Amino acid sequence: MKNWVILGATSAIAEEVMRLWASRGYKLFLVARNQDKMDIIKEDLSVRGAMQVETFVMDANEITKHISLLEEADKRLGHVDGVFVAHGTLPDQKACEKSYEAAYQEIHTNALSVISLLTEVANRFESRGHGDIAVISSVAGDRGRQSNYVYGAAKALLSTYLQGLRNRLVKSNVHVLTIKPGFVDTPMTADFDKGALWASTEQVATGIVNAVDKKRNEAYLPGFWWAIMFIIKHVPEFIFKKLSM
Amino acid sequence: MAKQYVSWGRYPHKQQEGFDFSWRNQQLPKDANFLPQGNARSYGDSCMNHDGVVVSARKLNHFIHYNQDAGVIRCEAGVMLSQILDLVEPHGWFLPVTPGTKFATIGGALANDVHGKNHHVAGTFGCHVTQFEIMRSDGARMICSSQENADYFAATIGGLGLTGFIVWVELKLKRVENSAVNVENIKYGSLSDFFLLSEESAADFEYTVAWVDCLAKGGQVGRGHFSRANHARNQVKPSKPKMALSVPIDPPLSLINSLTLKAFNSLYYNRQKEERAYSAVHYDPFFYPLDGIKNWNRVYGPKGFLQYQCVVSPEHGESAIREILGRIAAANRGSFLAVLKLFGDVPSPGLLSFPRPGATLALDFPFEGEKTLRLFDQLDEVVHQADGAIYPAKDAHMSGVHFKQYYPKVEEFKQFIDPAITSSFWSRVMEEK
Repeated sequence: MKNWVILGATSAIAEEVMRLWASRGYKLFLVARNQDKMDIIKEDLSVRGAMQVETFVMDANEITKHISLLEEADKRLGHVDGVFVAHGTLPDQKACEKSYEAAYQEIHTNALSVISLLTEVANRFESRGHGDIAVISSVAGDRGRQSNYVYGAAKALLSTYLQGLRNRLVKSNVHVLTIKPGFVDTPMTADFDKGALWASTEQVATGIVNAVDKKRNEAYLPGFWWAIMFIIKHVPEFIFKKLSM
Repeated sequence: MAKQYVSWGRYPHKQQEGFDFSWRNQQLPKDANFLPQGNARSYGDSCMNHDGVVVSARKLNHFIHYNQDAGVIRCEAGVMLSQILDLVEPHGWFLPVTPGTKFATIGGALANDVHGKNHHVAGTFGCHVTQFEIMRSDGARMICSSQENADYFAATIGGLGLTGFIVWVELKLKRVENSAVNVENIKYGSLSDFFLLSEESAADFEYTVAWVDCLAKGGQVGRGHFSRANHARNQVKPSKPKMALSVPIDPPLSLINSLTLKAFNSLYYNRQKEERAYSAVHYDPFFYPLDGIKNWNRVYGPKGFLQYQCVVSPEHGESAIREILGRIAAANRGSFLAVLKLFGDVPSPGLLSFPRPGATLALDFPFEGEKTLRLFDQLDEVVHQADGAIYPAKDAHMSGVHFKQYYPKVEEFKQFIDPAITSSFWSRVMEEK
C-alpha cells in the first residue's frame, strides 16, 4: 500500500491514474482548485477501494502554500510515499506572443510552480531516503515549434529539471519519473480534431501506473511517441525552421 | 464542443455535434434543442439529434455509493455496465439484467429499459432500478422511485432520454457465487422445437436464447442452437479472455453479403456435431460474445447496417416468426446474427418499455437502400398483424403510425417530455401522419 499526493487531481489523466491506485487500496491526498469536483472524485475513489481519500483546495501557482500542503498531507496520511504532479494548462500561443505577462503566467503554471513544489519534496524525500516523484511533462518539450513554443519551453524546462533531480536523488533511493504524453483526448484538448495519434486518458493512465511500478525514468505515452520524437529531434535545424509545425 | 458522433449501426450516417457533461453539479446547456446521450450503442437514430446537439454523459462516470453487503450500487449515468461488473463481480455481485453489450451506460440501459437472456424470470433492467435522479432543462432536479415522483419514474424507464437528463441511477445487484456460467447448447431442427425447448427450460434455466439459421427453408425454418444456462454454483474459475480481436479499419464495402451469409449460417449451424453440448464458461464470452471484437460494426462497410428487433404476441408467436423468417429467406437478405427468445410475463415498469410477453427476434441487415427498407415495411406489417412491437433502441425505420400502435401509452408519456429535449427518432415517429 502507498500514500500519494496528487496535484491537478481533477484533471482527466490524474483521475484515471487515481482510479487505478484506488483499486489497489492506496491512500490518496487530492490537491486541486475546485472542492465540489474533488468531493465527487472522493466518493468515486472510495467506492473503488481507496483506503483513505483527503482533499485540499489550492491553486498550484500559490507557491507560498506548498510547504503547508506537504505538512498537511503528512499529518493526514501519516506519511507520504509519492507525489504525482498532473496540473497544467494549454496556453493560447498567439496570446503569449503578444504579451510577456501571458507567457510568464503559462511558464509559471506549467514549470515554475512544479519546481517550487519539488524543491521541498526533493529535500524531504532525500533526507528520508525513499520516495517517488512522477511528473507529467510533454512531448512538446522535446523541440520548439512555432505553433506551441511557450508551452514547449515550459515543458522543456520541466524535463531538464527532472533529469537533474533524478541524477541528484538516485543515491538517496528517490525515484523520479518524467511522463511525456503525446496527444490525449481530455477536456484540455476538447477543441482539436482527433486523428489516429490520439490516445484515451485510460490508456495513458495505465502507462503511467506501469511506469511508476517499474521505476522507469522517462515514459513516452503511448510508447510510439518515442519514435516520433526521435525523428523530430533529429531533423537538422536548417530544415526544421522552415517546417510549419 | 465540436465532438462528432454516429450511432452503432452507422445508419443514418450523419455527423452529430455534441459536448460533454462531466460533473453532476454542472448546469445543462441553454440550447433549446438537445438530447442526452450515453455511449451511443443504440443502433439507429434514438441516440441521435441531427437537428440539434447531444449532451454526452460519457465522462459523467463516477461511482457515488456502493453497499457491498446489500448489493446496491449508485453511480452516475455515464458509468458503463463493464465498469460496474469489474467492480462488483469479485465481491459476488452481478448485473440483475444485462443486454448483449457491456459497453452500454447505466443511463442508456435505463432510458431503453433494456432486457437480457433472463427476461422470463427477471423482467427488464428497469425492474431492478431502485431510484434515479433526472435534471430538467429548467434546472430542476427530481429524484424518482416507485414511491417518489412515481409518474416520472415510469416515464423515464424506457423513456428514450426524453424526460430529462439522467444524472445518476441506483441499481439492486444480484448474487452470484463465481464468474462461471454453466451452459447447455442444444441443436434443434425446426421452429416448433424452439418453442418446445423454451417452455421446457423456463422454470429451471435463468438464461435462455436461441441463434437461428435464417437462411433455412421449408420444414427447417427456424432451426438453430438453443442455449440455456445458469450461474455456476461450484468452484469453477474460468479465466477471463482478453479482448484480442478488432476491426481496425473501415472496409470499402460490406463484408456481409449473400455469399458470406450462406457460408456462415451453414457452418455455424453445423459447428456442433452432437445434439447437446455442455460447458462451463466465463460470463464474458457467454453474455458479450461480440464485445470481444472491437468495432465489429465496421464489417458492414461505410453504408452501415440496420438491426430489426420485434416482439410478437404469444397467440401469434410461431406463425408470425415463421412468416418473418420466410420473408427474409425469400428476399435472400438473411442476417448474420438472428437471435430468438421468449419473453416472460414480468410486467415492464416503463410507459414505453419494449418487452412484453411473446417471442422476440433480432436480426442485422447491411444497409442496401430501398431493398432493405421495403423488406422492413413488409416485416412491420407482419408485426402489426401479430399485435407486436419494434424496439426503438434498434430502429431507424418504423413509421409513426406503427409506433403509436405498438406503444399505446405514448399519449400519456408525452406530458413528461422535457420541452428542450428531442431526438432524431422522436421527430421521425411524431412527424408522420
